[in-house]
Amino acid sequence: MTVTLANISAEEEACIAKSPLSIRGLTVTYGEKPAVFSVDMTVQPGQMTAIIGPNGAGKSTMLKAALGIVPPVSGRVQVFGRPLEEQRARIAYVPQRASVDWDFPTRVIDVVLMGLYRELGLLGRIGRSHRAKAMDCLERVGMGDFAERQIGQLSGGQQQRVFLARALAQGADLYLLDEPFAGVDAATEKAIISVLKSLREAGKTVVVVHHDLATVVEYFDNVFLINTRRVAEGTVAEAFTEATLQAAYGGRLATTQIDKLARV
Amino acid sequence: MSGEEFVPLSLTPMLIGIFAAVACALPGNFLLLRRQALIGDAISHVVLPGIVVAFLMTGMIAAWPMMLGAAGAAIVAVILIEAIRRLGRIEPGAAMGVVFTTMFAGGVLLLEQSDTSTVHLDVEHALYGNLESLIWLDAIGWSSLFDATALAQLPVELPRMALTLVGVCLFIALFWRALKISTFDEGFARTMGIRTNLLGLGLVITAAVAAVAAFDAVGSIIVIAMFICPPAAARMMTNRLEDQIGWSVLFAVLSAVLGYVLAGYGPLWLGASDAVSAAGMIATVSGVILGVAARFGPCRSRAGAPAGI
Repeated sequence: MTVTLANISAEEEACIAKSPLSIRGLTVTYGEKPAVFSVDMTVQPGQMTAIIGPNGAGKSTMLKAALGIVPPVSGRVQVFGRPLEEQRARIAYVPQRASVDWDFPTRVIDVVLMGLYRELGLLGRIGRSHRAKAMDCLERVGMGDFAERQIGQLSGGQQQRVFLARALAQGADLYLLDEPFAGVDAATEKAIISVLKSLREAGKTVVVVHHDLATVVEYFDNVFLINTRRVAEGTVAEAFTEATLQAAYGGRLATTQIDKLARV
Repeated sequence: MSGEEFVPLSLTPMLIGIFAAVACALPGNFLLLRRQALIGDAISHVVLPGIVVAFLMTGMIAAWPMMLGAAGAAIVAVILIEAIRRLGRIEPGAAMGVVFTTMFAGGVLLLEQSDTSTVHLDVEHALYGNLESLIWLDAIGWSSLFDATALAQLPVELPRMALTLVGVCLFIALFWRALKISTFDEGFARTMGIRTNLLGLGLVITAAVAAVAAFDAVGSIIVIAMFICPPAAARMMTNRLEDQIGWSVLFAVLSAVLGYVLAGYGPLWLGASDAVSAAGMIATVSGVILGVAARFGPCRSRAGAPAGI
């Protein structure tokens, strides 16, 4: 006889087991006010998903809580059907560019090598193969010529590409990116989206916290709309509609804007 | 100067000064980059209640109980600072400010309310230490370095400081990679399974132990100066953390040696008759080095501002 929790059906359990990232009942508070309230999310494997919502809707917070960077009040997170702690090696994370001090005394190549930490461990020596791997990741984002530069000398777009190269070095199956297109130039945006699409083609799963509604239809397969609570989740055709946008953004978007965006 | 004079009178204080300076400068590099450099200042204040409590409990002014009391107080302070920082979600400087003023005030209150106020716990000793008194009277020259009976009479601060330095080096060498990653990008470090809270706590406890040992041997002025001046000067010499550590060690050693020599002989060269405080001069030299690096260092401008695309 199998015992199932009352609120999670066997069908849903199977779905969770397949999902690269499943979140159930996630709640995060900053002080008294909930930033994320009882959110469920089931990321589809091998696809690109955008997390969208207005400023302060808890997009980044949800991602950080799912990764254990900020402590949630409650919630269950599973990665490929297993607890997060067991699956760290399969996750690559790209934080917001502005979350670190780019004056840190280090070079571009050293930042990419940080992505190999789990492979190297505390004391493993960085060998030729590790350097070659890091260089290869830099080439993939078009930053091969910048390997020896001090990171403070890079432009915003270049910094973002270095962060993406570090994530590539992690060799993960699930890529989580927090606002990778914020404040970058057009060339960088193109370079990043082409790398992300190549990851998808290689069967990887990509989840992006995204702020630019105009590019959602063009870039992503699925959307997840959040405004503290989950508003909608599904394919772009299903979930990126006038009604869901209105629900997530409320009066913040003019009706004509919504009409233009959700023309699917 | 001959070995007969140098070894008994200057060798041990210089070595203790060097060990203390390097033991504080090494963790100082990370504290500086984490915007926690004031922790040296905080620790030198919070040890007061620890020392007073140790005295009240043991009733004597002896090195070990005092050091244990000081170390205990430093660790309590470090945990309080981390707790306030994380629970209150405020920046580390504010958390340190709250903790160290409160604990220092508690120490003063304790000192005044108990009969310890009659005991000689004087300010001058606490601030400047007593580097010049850490001499090795049993030594008769360089040959004493191989003389077991003379070595047994070495000032106890020397092996204690050397051991502390070894401990600091071990911690940094062992956790080098994790420290570097989590100092640069704490969120990313956590997603890779690095226990950043524990590591940060380990770093400040290492700094606290170095500070208390150095505080006991050479006074708080050197501690405060060495946590900040050599790493800050080193940061302006290079854009690589590995090189920054090297520069900071060089500057710490230079400050200790030059400061000690200048304190002993500088006034004589200027025609005065007395020497000045070695600890004060070591701190002064480190400040001068910082000033020179800030003016002429090759990497002193903030490069972080993106210059367009």
